[in-house]
Amino acid sequence: MAVLEQPGTTDHPNTPPPDWHPRTDPDPLLPERAPYRVLGTPTASRLDPALLRRLYAELVRGRRYNRQATALTQQGRLAVYPSSTGQEACQIAAALALDPQDWLFPSYRDTLAVVARGVEPLEALTLLRGDWHNGYDPHIHRVAPLCTPLATQLPHAVGLAHAARLKGDDTVALALVGDGGTSEGDFHEALNFAAVWQAPVVFLVQNNGFAISVPLEKQSAAPSFAHKAVGYGMPGRLVDGNDAPAVYEVLIEALRRARSGGGPTLIEAVTYRIDAHTNADDATRYREQAEVERWRAHDPIALLERELRDRTLIDDEGIREAEAAAEAMAAKLRDEMNTDPVLDPMELFEHVYAERTTQLAEQAAQLSAELDAEEEGSPYPESQER
Amino acid sequence: MTAPSATSIGRKPSTMAQALSRALRDAMAADPAVHVLGEDVGTLGGVFRITDGLAKEFGADRVTDTPLAEAGILGTAVGMAMYGLRPVVEMQFDAFAYPSLEQLISHVARMRNRTRGALPLPITIRVPYGGGIGGVEHHSDSSEAYYLHTPGLHVVTPATVADAYGLLHSAIASDDPVVFLEPKRLYWSKADWSADAPQEVLPLGRAAVRRTGSSATLITYGPSLPVCLEAAELAVAEGWDLEVVDLRSLMPFDDETVCTSVRRTGRAVVVHESSGFGGAGAEIAARVTERCFHHLEAPVLRVAGFDIPYPPPMLERHHLPSADRILDTVARLQWEEN
Repeated sequence: MAVLEQPGTTDHPNTPPPDWHPRTDPDPLLPERAPYRVLGTPTASRLDPALLRRLYAELVRGRRYNRQATALTQQGRLAVYPSSTGQEACQIAAALALDPQDWLFPSYRDTLAVVARGVEPLEALTLLRGDWHNGYDPHIHRVAPLCTPLATQLPHAVGLAHAARLKGDDTVALALVGDGGTSEGDFHEALNFAAVWQAPVVFLVQNNGFAISVPLEKQSAAPSFAHKAVGYGMPGRLVDGNDAPAVYEVLIEALRRARSGGGPTLIEAVTYRIDAHTNADDATRYREQAEVERWRAHDPIALLERELRDRTLIDDEGIREAEAAAEAMAAKLRDEMNTDPVLDPMELFEHVYAERTTQLAEQAAQLSAELDAEEEGSPYPESQER
Repeated sequence: MTAPSATSIGRKPSTMAQALSRALRDAMAADPAVHVLGEDVGTLGGVFRITDGLAKEFGADRVTDTPLAEAGILGTAVGMAMYGLRPVVEMQFDAFAYPSLEQLISHVARMRNRTRGALPLPITIRVPYGGGIGGVEHHSDSSEAYYLHTPGLHVVTPATVADAYGLLHSAIASDDPVVFLEPKRLYWSKADWSADAPQEVLPLGRAAVRRTGSSATLITYGPSLPVCLEAAELAVAEGWDLEVVDLRSLMPFDDETVCTSVRRTGRAVVVHESSGFGGAGAEIAARVTERCFHHLEAPVLRVAGFDIPYPPPMLERHHLPSADRILDTVARLQWEEN
């Protein structure tokens, strides 16, 4: 048996660990040091007018949607609504950057992205209205259900993107998550799987400053969320989330890379949640109004409007048109919401399994009898027989 | 190589591990949508060698060594299933599957219901489970009750070599998620079974009567079946002719087979090795009592593991239901009052 020699008593050469070699070069993966911006910079002049007008109309519509949905909670038509006012640019520009065959994986605050993708405004609110857990067929617009458990939709996006790549399709998955969601284990696992598999997926962190009441500094000590990309071996991008064309450009580039086999990207969009967490939250308990006002002065719609006006791409009439279109959407949504949904309690047993089990058949019969009794006016089905 | 190769699997007698292996291989050969993913399932063939040879035969794209993260494995399987694949996930050990429970409970079990049938998730989750193999802590859990309490999942566990093939085949073919619990201590159990012979189609949710008897019914599943059969043989000397029902599938639950047996024998004992309190046996005993009350000569009794964390290997034999403990329980079925 060999005896280990004392340190310093041997001429054993000091070399790097055997078989060690540098892996991914981290430098090209690093995000920019300050959020990428386009609006108000010299490069803004090259932006496509049609894109800017489209973004503007969609952002105005998105803000109106948030306002209408919040009003519907006050009328008791929605159980709750997590507003994304202030975050319209991140959500909408990201959704508009997708190709038709791409998939969107939203979190619960991403209703605007879902609507921008083409889902009916009413159907996007089914979860919050409470008539079912999801109101749209995910296949039609390739939008996964709004996901409530934080970050759990991210591995789904990776798996779908991986499957698409294996099939040879040029589908990319876009997964949305908030700053709070980055603390979840599923965020880590999803990014790691995506990088190892080089899955065509783009992760967009909307850093809106708060996880309900918990501010950024209590959530993460990372230099930025975009820097986390480097640890997984994928590029990170940092973008001003209130600069719609900047978000759009960064997304287009990441989607292109994913589509061409270049693997995943992690993007952090720096933004702010102007409203409280939901209508049921009181934001004055944890933040100063002055902070909110600073962000109101960096409003995504105002930033875009200034660019459009400066370049005379829009006039008062054009703005009125965008607002009228948004108003029409809100009026339609209001009308639809004022009609009570038609509920069939028996549907509760319909989709649990492909085929109803014996147990569920028995329970369905029980509920059916209770419903019959309710119709006849007694809450006790059996008492009528006695 | 000591592990079985695909060509040797057809030879008699076969082990449960070989039958499972063959079921996976046949499913992959029959349907290109079937993908296997998990820890060490590729090059190594799985720590129990159930996926042995699959990577070589079907390639790394279909038999994937994943990063070591169970939530990620199941979470990505969800996305793969959404895109039309039929993932078969391997959780390396029962207790290692717990990080995946959020994905399982919040998404796998609910996606079909959430989307009104638009996104069914045909995922099979293979979990080597149970004790009796001398495993150190976290390698011997019986986790079926956690799964059973989650609507939207099927929970299946084979106890024989032929069932291992037939049930895994049906699990993979199912359009619903199936938690497929593989009794570790039966992996090397042998039977005269050949994969090359015509296979019986085994629909999920049908129990099997493994031994007919008239005195009392032992209701069991998975790793406890051989123990029950041993107890039934020993019981003959005591004058008891025990019927043994192997549930095979805990969800869907075969009330009909169970109740037909109990109504005939008038007595029932539920046997499983997981802890008794809040376990599958509690549900089974309640169901039998509700449905067979007027046929019962005695309360339905349970033989289960103690309500303790799974013991260290040198003590596990005291925890696991034994034939003696089963017979002691059968003796308490109020025979003298007849």
